[in-house]
Amino acid sequence: MSLLGTFDVGTTGLVAQSLRLNLIASNVANAETAVSSDGQPYRARHVVLQSEARAGRIGQGVKVARIVESTAEPRLEYRPGHPLANTQGYITMPNVNPAEQMVDMVSASRAYQFNIEMMNTTKQLMLKTLDLGK
Amino acid sequence: MNTVPQFDSLKFGEAALKLRSLRHELLSSNLVNADTPNYKARDIDFQSVLMQRLTGQTSPSSVSLDRTHQGHIQMTSSLQSPKQMFRVGVQPSLDGNTVDPDIERGHFVKNAFFTEAALSFLGSTLRTRLSAITGQPS
Repeated sequence: MSLLGTFDVGTTGLVAQSLRLNLIASNVANAETAVSSDGQPYRARHVVLQSEARAGRIGQGVKVARIVESTAEPRLEYRPGHPLANTQGYITMPNVNPAEQMVDMVSASRAYQFNIEMMNTTKQLMLKTLDLGK
Repeated sequence: MNTVPQFDSLKFGEAALKLRSLRHELLSSNLVNADTPNYKARDIDFQSVLMQRLTGQTSPSSVSLDRTHQGHIQMTSSLQSPKQMFRVGVQPSLDGNTVDPDIERGHFVKNAFFTEAALSFLGSTLRTRLSAITGQPS
């Protein structure tokens, strides 16, 4: 029954959007991390979403195809006394753009909310179907 | 002139409900993929697909298999999914996605409402028949 399939579609959306939110949290938390685990300045990470066809079903889910690191130029900060500073006195800071992250967060959380709402609607329709003929 | 075709209300209700739930899944997949690059919003022509299912006709554009040998597996009409069409985007985005969340949400809510309507019509048909069988008012 297609109504049950909607739950699967909704679940793929929840998983993908929560991973997206997770990466946004990581980006915001590491916005000032000059040295990450690989010794380089932290780079912003983004998800690449991809639709996922399911055999014999009309609805397509969504999945995170891969996680990419932003190729934007790192931010240079003038801190002459800092141990990581280069000869001109600049240190390389992460390329996390706070405005971009905020917009992405709003988009991800709205998508998550609507997935929940969609599944609630489906649940109500299924409960009504169970009451059919009563 | 009788323009409204007459169908058995149980058969009609069943076909309508099946198609409504199919469209429900299709619209939910549009919404889930609202942020997927290059995803195109899809929908079905509900009225014509319902008519095809009720009259038993298949659409001329739907794919069917010819059986040239008796050992070939017959493709039943239930396996054929209705023809999907792409929605024309009002504000296409730069990443090639044509899902407009507001439009899809509107269709989704409308479809859910009509599913409930179909359920209540089918329920009342069932109750009417049950009271005719048992002779008791429902």
